Amino acid sequence: MKIKTFSLGGIHPAENKLTHEVATKVAALPKQAIFPLGQHIGAPAKPVVQKGDKVKVGTMIAEAGGFVSAPIFSSVSGTVFKIDTAIDATGYRKPVIIINVEGDEWEESIDRSDKLELVAAHPELTPEEIVKRVQNAGVVGMGGACFPTFIKLTPPPTAKAECVIINAVECEPYITADYRLMMEHADEILVGLELLMIGAKVTKGYIGIETNKPAAIELLTKKCDEKFNIAGSKFSVEVVPLKQRYPQGGEKQLVDAVINRQVPAPPAIPVNVGAIVQNVGTAFAVYEAVMKNKPLFERYTTVTGKKLQNPGNFLVRMGTPMKDLIDACGGMPEGDNKLLAGGPMMGKALTSVEVPICKGTNSVTIISDDEARRKDAQPCIRCAKCVGVCPMGLEPYLLAKLSEVKNWERAESEDITSCIECGSCQYTCPAYRPLLDNIRLGKSTVMGIIRARAAKK
Amino acid sequence: MNFILIAVIVLGAIALIAAIVLFAASKKFAVYEDPRIAQVGELLPGANCGGCGFPGCSGMADALVKGADAGSLDGLMCPVGGAETMGKVADLLGMAIANSEPMVAVVRCNGTCEHRAKIAEYSGLRTCAAMHACGAGETACGFGCLGCGDCVAACQFGAISLNPETGIPEVDEEKCTSCGACVKACPRNIIELRKKGPKGRRVFVSCVNKDKGPVAMKACAVSCIGCGKCEKECNFGAITVENNLAYIDHLKCRLCRKCVTVCPKHAIVDVNFPTPAPAPKPKEPKKEEEAKA
Repeated sequence: MKIKTFSLGGIHPAENKLTHEVATKVAALPKQAIFPLGQHIGAPAKPVVQKGDKVKVGTMIAEAGGFVSAPIFSSVSGTVFKIDTAIDATGYRKPVIIINVEGDEWEESIDRSDKLELVAAHPELTPEEIVKRVQNAGVVGMGGACFPTFIKLTPPPTAKAECVIINAVECEPYITADYRLMMEHADEILVGLELLMIGAKVTKGYIGIETNKPAAIELLTKKCDEKFNIAGSKFSVEVVPLKQRYPQGGEKQLVDAVINRQVPAPPAIPVNVGAIVQNVGTAFAVYEAVMKNKPLFERYTTVTGKKLQNPGNFLVRMGTPMKDLIDACGGMPEGDNKLLAGGPMMGKALTSVEVPICKGTNSVTIISDDEARRKDAQPCIRCAKCVGVCPMGLEPYLLAKLSEVKNWERAESEDITSCIECGSCQYTCPAYRPLLDNIRLGKSTVMGIIRARAAKK
Repeated sequence: MNFILIAVIVLGAIALIAAIVLFAASKKFAVYEDPRIAQVGELLPGANCGGCGFPGCSGMADALVKGADAGSLDGLMCPVGGAETMGKVADLLGMAIANSEPMVAVVRCNGTCEHRAKIAEYSGLRTCAAMHACGAGETACGFGCLGCGDCVAACQFGAISLNPETGIPEVDEEKCTSCGACVKACPRNIIELRKKGPKGRRVFVSCVNKDKGPVAMKACAVSCIGCGKCEKECNFGAITVENNLAYIDHLKCRLCRKCVTVCPKHAIVDVNFPTPAPAPKPKEPKKEEEAKA
């Protein structure tokens, strides 16, 4: 059988999954935890605590600041030190809540036992109840985009969900947090998937995993067969092995790869073709939120880099500065390094190790100077490699040029807003042209123009 | 022979009919264009920079003529031609023109390599817009000049150049036409159009950092820390401190330069004054009166 993958473009960068077989460690509590108020897409959260307030692990410290927003919970117990600004993953100073850690006292409402809770034992879990609990626990997409999960579970009335696709692709080089999560918490993930399916009112589920994770494919296939694909089960879940190709973890690419449907250009979203895509980390967070009453304040994060002494996977409390994790891996390597929140393809370069781990930080990647440094850009040789690898079927060389000469009308008609900023074009360009840099600028400008136009109407 | 005659007659007839139709059409569908628009257009510089807010010089000429018909040229100003051009235009249109203050672009950042340490190296696309989009830049200041020269590229008059020693753009006052292209090009809103001032003398806060004092101080040796000393010192209410940043209203400033001397971070800059600002605590307060005059 031919292994499935998405239909257009794609690249296969060196995997460098250094931490595949490194079991997850629980990261030490930080001395001070920093919680940026804008950890998700949408309106920043609004603080509900004040300087000097005592908080426990799991206390809400900021409420949702709008419909597209999510509350933020303390991951530590202690005293609110101040509400100030600090550098977050955007590189700029943003409002944050800083908490001085004292002890480790949890809210009593959180079930801290390891017991696996099954949906069958909880008849009170209606779809509405699940969505409500997911919303109240501040669960957002854990793959990096941080879109509030409850909104995805309640599609607009014009669209009808038909299936839930669990994104366990992890196509980004270096990162192994999702893989470790699958190997260590497969049962919980499947309960999470079941909850997502009930919440979205569908009976079909898929789990997309790349073939570089055979153990995870085998494990989840076995568990799914035992749990879902038996006589009398309401649900059917299929584990879909996928050929290794970047950016398969992009929502649209995954929908294409798994159910062979193409999501139209924005503003269309996957649910317009019947699919709800959720990261495997999100499924786990949904399980904990709904079954254990545990809000989202911990996550699995990979700390990796070729020069790092002991790269590893961590279960880390959000708000922990990256420095603590890097120190736990043997400290920052000598010389100049590039620090990324995320992997080398989609990650965001940072200028400070004090940046805290947030809901979307799936990895802290450290790349040495000689590997990270870009080569000087040469003139475009019209080889069209960028066109060949673009997973959205765009013409990156053209979009980059249009952005450069500020021809926004043409850029819009060439669908610059469809770009998912995966960077495949720039990765493959033999002339080392800064294609994505230009396209990203053009995309944000064109989106601004479109918004201004919509506001006028 | 006959053929030639027929051809001449037929073609002549067609020509005659076409001429009548064209003549009728030109009378019927004539669009009257005020001849003054073209005349005003001649007077304008023809740079089509858009600094006036209209699409090019012909758009401005159109607006000027319409404004004259409506009885006022208020709010219409060619920043490139300045008062001279506007005076000529006003004469042509038989209007009086309010003499608009000459303006100049001012770069409000003094974070030179010396004052502002680099904490990172950026190796992406070298434009300010790209660098601004992906983070705070190469220094710890998230507000200051990025030094990639988007303003230099935007200037049509060659009035801005990057000083290779400081890494900060400098404005050539002679060449600057205050068209505002650099103001729009700067992603960090560092450049501002300010009153040129008598003999080019100006006082301004050369910093746009809105971080709290200690943070701003750590990032740059000459950052405004929002201490408010200048605000207290100013007798004319020209200085306001908002979001940890002082701002001098150029319309209220009387160029006494008291603020320059009290600023502990030397973030307030005076330019084109023949003498340095008076010492921190001048014993004779008359000095300020002189400077004012």
